[in-house]
Amino acid sequence: MKKQNDNKIRKTGLGARASRRISNGIIYAILIIMTIVWLFPFVGILLESFKTETNMQTPYLFPKEFGFDHYIRLFKETDFFKWFINTGIMGVATAVLQTFFILSMSYVLSRLRFKGRKGLMNFMLILGMFPGFLTMILIYKVFADAGLTANMAPLGLIIVYCASSGMGYYVSKGFFDTIPKSLDEAARVDGATRFQVFYKVIMPLSKPIVIYTILMGFMAPWGDFILASYLIHENSAGMNVAVGMYEWLSRTNLNTYYTMFCAAGVIVAIPVVTVFLLLQKYYVEGVTGGAVKG
Amino acid sequence: MKRLSDLDYLKLNKWQAFWYKVALFFCAIPLFFKNIGLGIVNFFKKCGIGIRDEFVDIGTTFTKGNWAVKLSFLIFGFGNFYYGQILRGILFLLFEVVFIGYMIVPSGGLYWLAKGNWFKIGSTVGTVQGGLVENKINYNGIEIVTSDWVAGDDSVKVMLYGLLTIVFICAFIYTWRVQVKQCRICMDITAKGKKIKSGKDDMKSLLDDQFHKTLLALPITGILAFTVLPIIYMVLVAFTSYDAAHDGYSNLFSWVGFDNFNELFNFNKGGLGLTFGEILSWTLMWAFFATFTNYFLGMFVAIMINKKGIKIKKFWRTILVMTIAIPQFVSLLYVSKLFTTSGLIGRVLEQIPFIHDWRVAHNFVSLWDSPTVAKILLIVINIWIGIPYIMLMATGILMNIPQDLYESARIDGASSTQQFTKITLPYMLFVTGPYLLTSFVGNLNNFNVIYLLSEGNPIKGTAGGASVGHTDLLITWLFKMTLGSTESKYYYASIIGILVFLVVAILSLIIYNVIPSTRNEEDYK
Repeated sequence: MKKQNDNKIRKTGLGARASRRISNGIIYAILIIMTIVWLFPFVGILLESFKTETNMQTPYLFPKEFGFDHYIRLFKETDFFKWFINTGIMGVATAVLQTFFILSMSYVLSRLRFKGRKGLMNFMLILGMFPGFLTMILIYKVFADAGLTANMAPLGLIIVYCASSGMGYYVSKGFFDTIPKSLDEAARVDGATRFQVFYKVIMPLSKPIVIYTILMGFMAPWGDFILASYLIHENSAGMNVAVGMYEWLSRTNLNTYYTMFCAAGVIVAIPVVTVFLLLQKYYVEGVTGGAVKG
Repeated sequence: MKRLSDLDYLKLNKWQAFWYKVALFFCAIPLFFKNIGLGIVNFFKKCGIGIRDEFVDIGTTFTKGNWAVKLSFLIFGFGNFYYGQILRGILFLLFEVVFIGYMIVPSGGLYWLAKGNWFKIGSTVGTVQGGLVENKINYNGIEIVTSDWVAGDDSVKVMLYGLLTIVFICAFIYTWRVQVKQCRICMDITAKGKKIKSGKDDMKSLLDDQFHKTLLALPITGILAFTVLPIIYMVLVAFTSYDAAHDGYSNLFSWVGFDNFNELFNFNKGGLGLTFGEILSWTLMWAFFATFTNYFLGMFVAIMINKKGIKIKKFWRTILVMTIAIPQFVSLLYVSKLFTTSGLIGRVLEQIPFIHDWRVAHNFVSLWDSPTVAKILLIVINIWIGIPYIMLMATGILMNIPQDLYESARIDGASSTQQFTKITLPYMLFVTGPYLLTSFVGNLNNFNVIYLLSEGNPIKGTAGGASVGHTDLLITWLFKMTLGSTESKYYYASIIGILVFLVVAILSLIIYNVIPSTRNEEDYK
């Protein structure tokens, strides 16, 4: 304080530091508020699921008494376990098949040059502009005849998720684009066929994008509502979690099922969040890479 | 408009420069359409030339070819057999046999094609209407009348099989052309005295030169069967009277031409035009706000976390990223209930007299019942959902900006706001241009957020065979139209699908022409 007057340079230095401290303080405050806002619903669901009251009309966040009633009721009284298994199967199957489809498509479009490549890409771009749901009207009719709706809907849904998934090649194509072309050329000069280049040179380098694609494929069925609800059409045995749990929060069911919805939400979140946090690194690479490459 | 030279442009003051830019933008619009027009004309010219060349080629193949080549114009693969390509020959021949077999067997291709009455306005798709037939049975001397359902045609199937047949015919013509071309290639190769590829070579090349065909076979088949075919089908549906009352099975539907379009664009009282216009404008508004609020706020958060001196960066990021992992429907449904009057947040808001009085005065049960508030809530909650994604993406990009740019800016005395507007923002916009477009389109069709939060409510009325709410997007309206109720109108659904496509296509065309970062794919490498 004493030296403040006689050393001007020092003063501005101090001032800058102080203002930086203030701005950092503001940022910390914003970040803390954001953390609370962003975590609030999840903490809310978690706490709600441990309440022993059954109805929605509880004007407090923290349970008065902790209990697992809703979890037990969930498995005893509802079809939730069935839905959970359905969705899990769909997740795994979609992850495997979709990865195969997307990677072949993006690999070809990124690293091979052939006649009609540009045309194919433009065609898929235009195709992607139609709302995908539109196709469901016909697909539902055909699947209904083939017995792939209602109780067998999970199988039908796997087909729907995977069949056209080649159109979502953008992110992984962006990744393949970044692998230097000279690698392919070197291998070709050494006499490798294109197939050998694919699985001996490029695939070992592509671990991040393979994992990213698997992750996306696994997560898709957990959140899908529109396609699933259309194929399932109120058949409890064939539901996925989203469609099943949606019914619980309709106006008539709300009071009976609200807390069970929260318990189910926690259970659904567990596998997805675990897988996601384990593979988070790859997800981040995919998102950032994909956005830059377009 | 006359373009100013750079020197003249720099002489303008801020306002003049601004208006100059605006004027330039508007002057560019006619040019833009002119370019599109020229593009289309050129496209057709190219097509015309291509088709002419094809015919010339076919002609010369026929006149110059020997007897085997000439015969292969009728019998597929004959030329291949002649030149020793047994494998290809067998495949071609098989294709022809299957095709002809399929077309001529009873209830084969020709049968389905004939039933369709293709594009004959006023006539039904399918010819035999199913119905109840009364049967009189003599049961121990008592006469009982039973009525049985006698199945007729199912219009849905008739149209589908008809469409498949047309696709098959196109494939047939294409295959014919391919094998004729191959004859010509074989002729040329033998004339030069080189060796012709054997079946074994063909198989080998599938893993080498033709590797793309191997890899693409399944994905493309999937796309053709589950996207292209259904879309063509649905476009055709727009010209029929396919709805719940005419579901094709119990009642045949018929070709109606452009009637459905006229009805949808009927802006008179009772027409659908007004509803459609309202929904479209809210859809565009929603997409605009949802995209840009997320984009700028997400970028802002990323910059905050990235700032020097902020500690535990990883912690802040992980918290936000975690919210991506939790399935959207869980968080969205939960959040939507938080804002009802008995929900946790709704209760707190109830304590504020002003909000309570307002709610009671308008007779709203919950905040979601007010159109304006519902719209605002949707956009705000969407920010909550969207920020983590943008934050992640922006973080990656921010780290890629060369730090020396900032350093030299700082030395030149640029404030942090200037650094943001002159360096960060332009860089971000350049790099994420394509992303902005995709996210705008994604928001146009953002079914999940709208449907799980508000279901499109508060309800405004019914239109097009479905209830319509104030917050409905085109896509949720489309969904409601097809839910299988007795009011479902599939033809409107398909028109709306087509219109969504048009909106997206036009927007994309304009934006792709404006933003620089999409022009050259090879630039990124």
